[in-house]
Amino acid sequence: MAKTQKVSFKLNGKPVEATVEARELLIYTLREKLAHTGPHIGCETSHCGACTVDLDGMSVKSCTVLTVQCEGAELTTIEGMEQGGALHALQQAFHEEHGLQCGYCTPGMITRAYRLLKENPNPSEQDIRKGIAGNLCRCTGYQNIVKAVQSAAKKLAAAR
Amino acid sequence: MIPAAFDYHAPRSVADAIKLLGQLGPEAKLLAGGHSLLPMMKLRFAQPAHLVDLGRIAELRGISQVGNEIRIGAMTTEHELLSSKLLAEKAPLLVEGAGWIADPQVRYKGTIGGDISHGDPANDHPALMIALDASFVLTGPKGERVVKADGYFLGLYSTQLAADEILTQIRIPVPAAGSGWSYQKLKRKTGDFATAATAVMLQMKGKSVAKAAIGLTNAGPTVLKAREAEAYLAGKEINDASLNEAARLAMKICNPTPDQRGDADYKRAMCGEMTRRALQAAHARAKA
Repeated sequence: MAKTQKVSFKLNGKPVEATVEARELLIYTLREKLAHTGPHIGCETSHCGACTVDLDGMSVKSCTVLTVQCEGAELTTIEGMEQGGALHALQQAFHEEHGLQCGYCTPGMITRAYRLLKENPNPSEQDIRKGIAGNLCRCTGYQNIVKAVQSAAKKLAAAR
Repeated sequence: MIPAAFDYHAPRSVADAIKLLGQLGPEAKLLAGGHSLLPMMKLRFAQPAHLVDLGRIAELRGISQVGNEIRIGAMTTEHELLSSKLLAEKAPLLVEGAGWIADPQVRYKGTIGGDISHGDPANDHPALMIALDASFVLTGPKGERVVKADGYFLGLYSTQLAADEILTQIRIPVPAAGSGWSYQKLKRKTGDFATAATAVMLQMKGKSVAKAAIGLTNAGPTVLKAREAEAYLAGKEINDASLNEAARLAMKICNPTPDQRGDADYKRAMCGEMTRRALQAAHARAKA
C-alpha cells in the first residue's frame, strides 16, 4: 500500500481535505478527488497553461505542482470566479468579446487573466500578451482574448 | 505522467533541511520551484527516493543590499526578481534576464537558486551570474562556504554543490555606477530554452571599454565565460571591428549540442550574433 498523507487547503474559499500520495499532482487532486474539472489537462508538461489555477496569489500550472506542496494554501479555480450567481467580469467579457471557440484553454486563460488584472489593473495590449504568454490557444489567434481582457479591465475599473 | 513514488519532506529551516539531507543520503533531492525537477521526474529522468521541499523555509527568500553587495535568497522566485525595485535600480541585468525565462506561471514558481543549482547550461541565470561576477553561499553540515560563479559549474547537471549542501544565497557585487547591461536571447517561442543567449556587463571609460564581462548560455556543457573576448575588449572602442572580433572570440569557445533548435554551426553563429547585440545594447546603456 502506497504511503499517503492528508493535505488541507482552501479551495474557492471552502476548506477541503484530500488524502494523496506525495507524487500526486495538484491537477489530479482537483479533478479526480475534489470534482473541480474546470482546470483542464492539456499538455501535462507545463507548457500549455490549460491547468492554470491561482495558488496563494500566484498563477501556477497545476500539472507541475505537487498536492502536498499546497498544505494550508488558498486556491482559486475557474469554479470560484462567479460570485452569487453573477459571472466574473472576465467570464462576461470572454462571452461578449467571443474570447473562445472550443473553450479548452478558457478556464486557464481566465484564471491567469484574473491574477494579471489583480497585479496590473490597467494593462496595455503588450502587457496582456506578455501576461498570457504561458497560456496556449489553438483556435482564436488570441485577438479576441486580448480584447476580452481589455474589456474586463475597463469594467472592473469602472466598478471601483 | 506521474512521477515515481517518493517520500516528501518539508523542513522549516535551513538547519533542519541540512539535517534531513544528512539522514536521507544521496537518494534525496532538493525541491525548489520544481519546474525542472518535476518534469524530469515525470519522464523518469530523475527518480529520487526523497524530496526535500525548500518551499517552506522563509529565511531562503528575499532580496536585500548589505554594504556593496546584493544578497538574494536562493528560493526567491523569478517573479520576485522581476518586481524588485532594488534590482531594477542596482542590477537591472538580472531583471532583464528573468523576464526571458519561461512564462509567467513558471516565473511564479521558478527560483534563482534552483535555476543555478540545476547545472543545466540552457538555464539563463548561470550566464547572468558570470556577467555579474556573483558568488554563491553553499551551506552544509560543517557550515557555510562562498564560491564564485566562475568555476562553480563543472559539467552538465554538475556543480560544486555537494550532496549534503544547499545553495542558500546569491551574492552580487553592486555593479559600478554607469555600467551598461544586456541579456540577448534567441528562442523559438515563449517557454523555450535559448538557441543562444549572451549576458553582458560593460563599464566604459571615455570612449573605451574599461571592463567587459560576458557569459554565454547553452553554448557548451556548462555556461561559458568568454574570457578572450573580455580581455580583447579592454581598452577598445565599441565599433564594428571590435564587435566582430569579440563575437568571433566568443564563438571560438562554443561547443553547442545540436538539437531541434539547430546544428552546432548555426548555434555557434547565433552565439556570435547574440554577443554582438548584447555588447551593442550594453554600450548604448553605459555611461562613461
